[in-house]
Amino acid sequence: MNELLLRVQKLSVQFTGTRKAQALRNVSFDVAKGEVLTLLGESGSGKSVTLKTLLGLNPKKTTLVSGEALLGGQNTLTLNEHNMRLYRGRVTSMVFQEPGLAFDPVYTIGAQMVEALRAHEPIDHDTALSKALQMLERVQIPQAQKRLSAYPHELSGGMKQRAMIALALICDPQLLLADEPTTALDASVQIQILLLLRELQKERTMSVIFVTHDIGAAVEVSDRIAVMYAGEIVEMGTVHQMIQSPQHPYTQGLLAGAISADQRGQALKTIHGSPPDLSQLPTGCSFAPRCFKASAHCHEMSPPTNNNGQTALACWHPL
Amino acid sequence: MMDASPPLFKDIDKGGPAQPLLVVRGLRKHFLLKPGLFQKNKQYVHAVEDVSFSVAKGKTLGIVGESGCGKSTTAKLIARLIKPDHGSMIFDGEGVAEYGGLELKEFRRKLQMVFQDSYASLNPRLTIEQTIAFGPQVHGVSKDQATNLAHTLLDRVGLKPAQYANRYPHELSGGQRQRVNIARALAFQPRLIILDEAVAALDKSVQAQVLNLLQELKEERELTYLFISHDLHVVQYLSDEVMVMYLGQVVEKGPVERIFNTPAHPYTKALLQAIPSMDPDHKTWVSPLSGDPPNPINPPSGCRFRDRCDHAKATCHTVSPALSKVEGLSDHVVACHMNDGFSQPHLEGPL
Repeated sequence: MNELLLRVQKLSVQFTGTRKAQALRNVSFDVAKGEVLTLLGESGSGKSVTLKTLLGLNPKKTTLVSGEALLGGQNTLTLNEHNMRLYRGRVTSMVFQEPGLAFDPVYTIGAQMVEALRAHEPIDHDTALSKALQMLERVQIPQAQKRLSAYPHELSGGMKQRAMIALALICDPQLLLADEPTTALDASVQIQILLLLRELQKERTMSVIFVTHDIGAAVEVSDRIAVMYAGEIVEMGTVHQMIQSPQHPYTQGLLAGAISADQRGQALKTIHGSPPDLSQLPTGCSFAPRCFKASAHCHEMSPPTNNNGQTALACWHPL
Repeated sequence: MMDASPPLFKDIDKGGPAQPLLVVRGLRKHFLLKPGLFQKNKQYVHAVEDVSFSVAKGKTLGIVGESGCGKSTTAKLIARLIKPDHGSMIFDGEGVAEYGGLELKEFRRKLQMVFQDSYASLNPRLTIEQTIAFGPQVHGVSKDQATNLAHTLLDRVGLKPAQYANRYPHELSGGQRQRVNIARALAFQPRLIILDEAVAALDKSVQAQVLNLLQELKEERELTYLFISHDLHVVQYLSDEVMVMYLGQVVEKGPVERIFNTPAHPYTKALLQAIPSMDPDHKTWVSPLSGDPPNPINPPSGCRFRDRCDHAKATCHTVSPALSKVEGLSDHVVACHMNDGFSQPHLEGPL
């Protein structure tokens, strides 16, 4: 195995605002240098919360965080505001789902990239600008010189997401957090962005935590997949393991629910019910009410997570 | 399977099964853009350009395309939610809202829509029972009868009336709300349901449940669906015929097996290749298409796909391709010069 970059251990997040919710429970995983880990799950499963917690982006007043995220021997969850600023963008950077909302609409693409660079490196404006240009060319934005002085609204969706990736990578971070970067894009553009991300990741031996609900996209980019359900990692393993021999009934259900040509005319296999309310989690295994293998035991006791950072399986009755 | 809803509305099938339920001819819609301060020329968004098609009774027509290709505008034009600039429509042999034709109110009862955003399409101040019973009452059904119908339908879509009838939309999950929207559409006993990205916003595990429900209902009530989606897997699963749209135009139409197995248009081929493979040993290495779809305000001359097409020749820049038969099959048509003999790729040099 490659050198370890990030170790997340027993990360729990609780939102304590007017609507209380246990968003994450005992999430642990390792990410090696140059590795792509995908967090796969439905809405409300805690994928995005995990990424936001790693960058300290949740509102401080109403969030309770416990556990640790060790990066280079330091727990990034306890950084003070000053050190957090140095860490964000430089060590760990993020690409968001909606590139249109992530950019500041009143500054040009070039200005925002220069600002990010100069916040972290002691270089003058012109050097920063030429670096920004190189980066835009690297993400294959046509007429990159012209786009430096363009405002975000002047770019199309796919182009904005490319610019977003350029901005995220401009300070050469070790870890990239990608929060559904292709969900808002059209199919023909989505595959372009996925391929670009994979290329850049290989070229820089960068580690990536990729969040998606699309199994197809996960298979395209990742080395390992962690399936999340109701704020927990229920199963984690290499792409081959997860796709070819899933062991958790939920993972199997997700894969069976992927629609393919040979199912025409037949009823689709479904997981009945819907994900639980995070403010009123069921006792025992949180998937038990929807699980076809659930026994009385499952409804009483939570299964051990068997999580060693590389693989995990939280189930009393694995397949 | 229970189906106890009494026939509140009398529908007589007019033309028999051979006649298409819906025929659309030459549908066109241009939206006027708000002119800028110093702008003299009026600018239009070419949303839908001469779209013609028909849907057979009891079949599902899938409409596929990327955002901005005119799928949803087409749906709204058919439902007469917006007025077309040009074009005509025949519903079961009768013209719609023309002299002597089907009246708009009656037409709208026979045609129902289910939208993508399940929350926005429900009235937040009505309980779901009221929501479902509202429509039939407008069409002259008594309140008691309508409420009974609402309960039967709720039960049919898998929501127990005793538990759910008096809830408000915000008390339901996304999948449940979409079931309510389907029940509401069914309350009119429609013949055609337009499903505009109806399952796109749902989680995968819930999506499969709703798709199964839609399949069952179609069989049970002899419904015809117009299914609009950008998800090719779902379209392949549900549709009998598929229509591919690009920038306001129909580029290909045919039976589902033909479109997915032997696509004729380069755009359809690219869309199919852009689906991520599910096999970790066969990852995609080359993107089938480059760039974004062009701007519908200034669509390219000739073939609208030419700038992104590998096979584009000089003809493609000047002549707009018309739909022509593929291999002589009357049900599979494509709008591409490689098929209509205008351009001979092996004779012409590259541009």
